[in-house]
Amino acid sequence: MEEKRFDVEEDAILFDPVRKTGKSFYLTLSLLIAIIFWGVYAYLTQYRNGLGVTGLARPIFWGVYITNFVFFIGISHAGTLISAILRLAKAEWRRSITRSAEVITVLVLFFGVGNILMDLGRPDRMLNIIWYSQFQSPLLWDVSSITVYLTASSIYLYLPLIPDIALLRDYSGKRQWFYRIFALGWTGTERQHRLLEKSIAIMAIIVIPVAISVHTVVSFVFAMTIQPMWHSAIFGPYFVAGAIFSGIAALMIAMNVIRKVYHLEDYLRPVHFNNLGILLLVMTLLWFYFTFTEYLTTYYGGEPIHMVIFWSKFTGRFALPFWGMFVFCFVIPLPLLSLKKTRTPFGTLIASISVVIGMWLERFIIVVPTLTNPRLPNELVLYSPTWVEWSVFVGCISFFILLYMIFTKLFPIVSIWEVREGREKSMAEVQERIRTYLPGIGIE
Amino acid sequence: MPRWGMVIDLDRCSGCQACVVACHAENNIGIVGPEESARGRTIHWIELIPYIEGEYPHIKARLLPRPCMHCDHPPCTKVCPVFATYKNEEGLVGQINHRCIGCRYCTTACPYTVKYFNWHAPEWPKEMKGSLNRDVSLRTKGVVEKCTFCSHRLLKAREKAKVEKRELLPEDYIPACVQACPSAAMFFGDLDDPFSVVSQLSRERRAFRLMEDLGTEPKVYYLSEGM
Repeated sequence: MEEKRFDVEEDAILFDPVRKTGKSFYLTLSLLIAIIFWGVYAYLTQYRNGLGVTGLARPIFWGVYITNFVFFIGISHAGTLISAILRLAKAEWRRSITRSAEVITVLVLFFGVGNILMDLGRPDRMLNIIWYSQFQSPLLWDVSSITVYLTASSIYLYLPLIPDIALLRDYSGKRQWFYRIFALGWTGTERQHRLLEKSIAIMAIIVIPVAISVHTVVSFVFAMTIQPMWHSAIFGPYFVAGAIFSGIAALMIAMNVIRKVYHLEDYLRPVHFNNLGILLLVMTLLWFYFTFTEYLTTYYGGEPIHMVIFWSKFTGRFALPFWGMFVFCFVIPLPLLSLKKTRTPFGTLIASISVVIGMWLERFIIVVPTLTNPRLPNELVLYSPTWVEWSVFVGCISFFILLYMIFTKLFPIVSIWEVREGREKSMAEVQERIRTYLPGIGIE
Repeated sequence: MPRWGMVIDLDRCSGCQACVVACHAENNIGIVGPEESARGRTIHWIELIPYIEGEYPHIKARLLPRPCMHCDHPPCTKVCPVFATYKNEEGLVGQINHRCIGCRYCTTACPYTVKYFNWHAPEWPKEMKGSLNRDVSLRTKGVVEKCTFCSHRLLKAREKAKVEKRELLPEDYIPACVQACPSAAMFFGDLDDPFSVVSQLSRERRAFRLMEDLGTEPKVYYLSEGM
């Protein structure tokens, strides 16, 4: 028992956010709640008056909400997927970042789903999707896939939480009853550890194809129609790559914030940002490759109906968001991530913010220009989102941050037991190795 | 089983828009004010669309009445998550306004953009409220609507024929737009009946359909102008 007490003090800083809460936390909290209320007010306005309060019209039936839907679901891809891949690859440096990644996935999914529900004209009838399901519709594929994904990633977040919840139950003193329930009687026996490791490994494997399926079917919502520049076979992988791209960026922003706010410089080190930075660099290049292929194919084919949309993006009405997307997704992050000198926590933060903005623009530039130029001649209608849509968007982001903050107050955002396990394992390995050629080492 | 279809002779069409007005009155289509109209929120189940042919200086502007195409392979019904839009055995593409959740997937999937959304609750001037058509249900805000080939008229005609103990005759069922056309440019009937007017006209040399290459198999035929 004495020994364990000592252990708690060793990673004390990881318990700190759970133990004590400062003034700045409550200040941020109230600010976020204010913004959320504003967003709720905006949505209620829409609920009462109909979608007419948005900037949408015929033929631009989809706008910011659908963009947000694709965007948020995309952000969710970093967490679970990256964590699963790193776990399976046995990348030791993952230990202090997996938790913060997995939380993003689970929380942001609600906002992806929420946006599509807020986009409905009759949200009161949304259960018709269950009563009258028509499985030929890609929207139903989304519903199924996202449900599985949400379940799987929640389990995948929860499993590695169990030992930490047990730690909190034993040592934190606060909210004992809560931690007792969720610790599921964890005592840290050999058998429990074996079971946990096994289930985490199984979930890590399951979650990867599920994650890929999610963004593939999100892309299918567009690709399955015969609308010009949507009806493209590349959309599945293009969306998945873009999702991982924006997801890693979101993760690195979150890590930067956690690191500063909770003084976790010892746990989230430059090496983490460097390694993730390289991963983000790979995704930057992959994004460029997909974008280039997509647009070159369209351009070379030169079908008039596609070219109208193509030029509206390159030189026309959507040139600003289109080239903005290119700058934010490629021009800014590429040099920052390529040079070792700028692949620092701060450098990657700038690159990540840029990527997140760029990827939102990418979703927008996929959805809106195609709808603005329908096949049949139509009176020109231009879409500009109204205050309602922007308020709901800002409300969603604030709500997400709020939930994330609350999570860090309930659970350690860096997995304590995994960090310790890493330490012990590595020490044991080193000792083992030294013992093969030198005498007199070892604790026994 | 009949396969209902329409033929529009562009040689005869004068672009008077009587079909549009008749459709509005028949189907209780809400009146959208000038402000909302400028933002693209009007609803017209049939609409005259300007069709530009050729390139400058050999340019010709044509007007094309465009109802729902009632495709045999409709892209809209496939994507509806709740069976709110469907094709029935007579080839009519229906829309169940009271089941529609308003996701607007069908509106984006339709290459002919014939589907309309109720951005607000539909409104009528006080004077018009008394003269709404009782055979057509009113829509609420937040649902999709579109041309039904006046399928409520088919229901009525069927029942009438049943009461009179006779077969349904071709002239029993005609949509409001066809009935209202002053230059008799629109025809309606069973495309599968080889002797029906629409069937014969649809096989004429002048006959074409919109975007045939998409494989949607529309059941609205046009007879081209000036040939």
